[in-house]
Amino acid sequence: MASGDGANGGGGGGQGKLPRKRFYRARAHSNPLSDSHFPIPISPDEVDLSQHYPRYFPSGEGEARQGDAAVPRIRFADVGCGFGGLLVGLSTLFPDTLMIGMELRDKVTEYVKERILALRASNPGKYDNISVVRTNSMKYIPNYFRKAQLSKMFFLFPDPHFKEKNHRRRVISMQLLDEYAYVMEVGGIIYTITDVEELGEWMRSCLEKHPLFEAIPEEETKADPVVKLLSTATEEGQKVARNGGQTFQAIFRRISLQE
Amino acid sequence: MEDAAVEEAEVSGGAAEFAPALVAAHPLGRSVAVAVGPELRVFDLKASSAVSLSDNSGGGSHSDAIRAISFSANGALFASAGDDKLVKVWKTDSWCCIRTITSEKRVSAVAISNDGTYVTFADKFGVIWLVTMGESGGEQEPTDNKPVSIFGHYCSIITSMKFSPDGRFIATADRDFKIRITSLPKKPLRGAHEIQSFCLGHTDFVSCIAFTCLSEGPSFLLSGGGDSTVRLWDYINGCLLDTCQVRDKVGELLEPNETEDNNLSVADICPTNDGSLVAVAIQSLNGVMLLACDLIAKKLSFLKVVTTEKCYIPTSLSSSFSADLLWTVMGASNMPNQATSQLCTRLKIIPHFKKDPLAGCDHVPTVLEDSEVPHGEKLLLALQGSLDIAKQEEVLASVLAALKVSMHKMLVKKHYSEERREQRKRGRNDKKIKK
Ligand SMILES: C[S@@+](CC[C@H](N)C(=O)[O-])C[C@H]1O[C@@H](n2cnc3c(N)ncnc32)[C@H](O)[C@@H]1O
Repeated sequence: MASGDGANGGGGGGQGKLPRKRFYRARAHSNPLSDSHFPIPISPDEVDLSQHYPRYFPSGEGEARQGDAAVPRIRFADVGCGFGGLLVGLSTLFPDTLMIGMELRDKVTEYVKERILALRASNPGKYDNISVVRTNSMKYIPNYFRKAQLSKMFFLFPDPHFKEKNHRRRVISMQLLDEYAYVMEVGGIIYTITDVEELGEWMRSCLEKHPLFEAIPEEETKADPVVKLLSTATEEGQKVARNGGQTFQAIFRRISLQE
Repeated sequence: MEDAAVEEAEVSGGAAEFAPALVAAHPLGRSVAVAVGPELRVFDLKASSAVSLSDNSGGGSHSDAIRAISFSANGALFASAGDDKLVKVWKTDSWCCIRTITSEKRVSAVAISNDGTYVTFADKFGVIWLVTMGESGGEQEPTDNKPVSIFGHYCSIITSMKFSPDGRFIATADRDFKIRITSLPKKPLRGAHEIQSFCLGHTDFVSCIAFTCLSEGPSFLLSGGGDSTVRLWDYINGCLLDTCQVRDKVGELLEPNETEDNNLSVADICPTNDGSLVAVAIQSLNGVMLLACDLIAKKLSFLKVVTTEKCYIPTSLSSSFSADLLWTVMGASNMPNQATSQLCTRLKIIPHFKKDPLAGCDHVPTVLEDSEVPHGEKLLLALQGSLDIAKQEEVLASVLAALKVSMHKMLVKKHYSEERREQRKRGRNDKKIKK
């Protein structure tokens, strides 16, 4: 299948390998709204996994094998991953699962890339399943993932956007949950956490109102090894913990529509 | 932290942008509507007379450019909406406006569900709203029947919205290259949250979408866009079936120096009702391109170009199910230095818009002369606003110029926003990178 990648070699599939021209949009300035200073795959078919996970897709194999059902696919997405602490924590917990961080800030994304490369270099055979891409997750989620592709999505300590008129900038909203539901498989889990009480309530209430998500009972979340990481693995989480701040979680399951 | 994540869709949709004239043919061939600027002009093809519109809705009449018009599937209702934030719903038997809905934002697309129960419209923030019309499709509704938002394209302008022929889906296209297919739930007032698919493949804005099907067969989606392609989709699965590059074909027809600085975006598409052909309006092409659409082999192929006079470049296309006429219109409002008295449009009709029995031969359908147009001058006067050909020529020339200016502006704008983004970036204080 066609390849091409917005990731620009996240995870550094072969250091020094220049990003290939044909992977980029033909017209970088075609849309005044588009964040055209970074490339966006036109569709999920164009996400080149070999650049992200070279050990899983040696020598550009990611392209040829994309259509193949047996081929591993990205299953977890950490949206607004920041400095990447969650990915690093999840990597060894799910060593055979491909996961990606999505981050808007250029420098932060570069940092995560280097962090992952360094981890791979000092721990051979480990950290090959995590990568990062610079993108605006609020606009391009469907460009990266196919329908029902993801089994977990993470939204840890997202920006609060306090003002009412800025609420639509929040990464969790009824509108955006439609897209998250689309890329998640039925049974998949969405994890959210924040130290801002108002935002915590907002995220919970959006998820409660949304017909494609259902709250997971607490006994169940307690047994989920991932939940511990929510407040401990990321840089933001650690900061909150250091300051003794309270956190607010909402953990929901993707369900099919009951009409 | 980062605020640049969101840029208002408004940035690219300024009121000063030129508004192309629109045409819509009644599905059963009873009437034709043309919109230019705030003016809605309707000609009754059965009575052979211009229609005078009436208004029972208690709302105002259009005061700014109409951006979208649409008949319902059976033709009983008609909707018009645009920059004045009004969505007006008309009964087409009397051409009386039965409902005026006020949107919070300017409206860029409008559609009526196949059974006439719902009217949906899209605002400049990419939010899709729904209002209930009531079963009979004409009853007065209580005034508290406010529009509810049912879904949205995040901060992108919706360019086109259509219900699928079976009524199960709403297709919405946007300026960010996306087409979204959304399931219409049984109770859509609670929102339409289930996405059936995304049709991704366009490499520039999507300007138009249209469903097409073989009689009784499955339906497909067609789309056209700023990347000079027309695409055929299996929209249920979001699969791109075929892509037709119209740029290459137009390139062969234009003078070499014309293609260079000309924009060859697809402006509108219109399939025949048997699904075998697609008419394509292309910016800079004086005429209409016909593509053969083979829904069995799932192929689009270039057939021919029906050329028109030099400066006639259609901005909108429509045809009805009953007659095999392709209605085309050219015109614009919001043009620089344009007086309202000059809201002229040019209308042309291409007959035999159906699968050509003589396709093998070089029979080329031609555009009807003004003297051959059904209902003749009466119709032209009603829909064009003028018969004065000399004046028309003048107007066409100015529309052409406006098209060019607006394209140029869009390009300039892009560069400007690029620059501004850089500036904004420098001005932001979120650059504290910690390690
Ligand atoms: C407060 S930080 C939290 C980072 C990380 N999840 C953590 O817990 O440490 C929020 C992050 O989301 C990123 N972000 C904000 N909007 C975004 C968007 N639209 N797409 C991708 N990332 C975004 C910001 O750049 C920032 O790094």
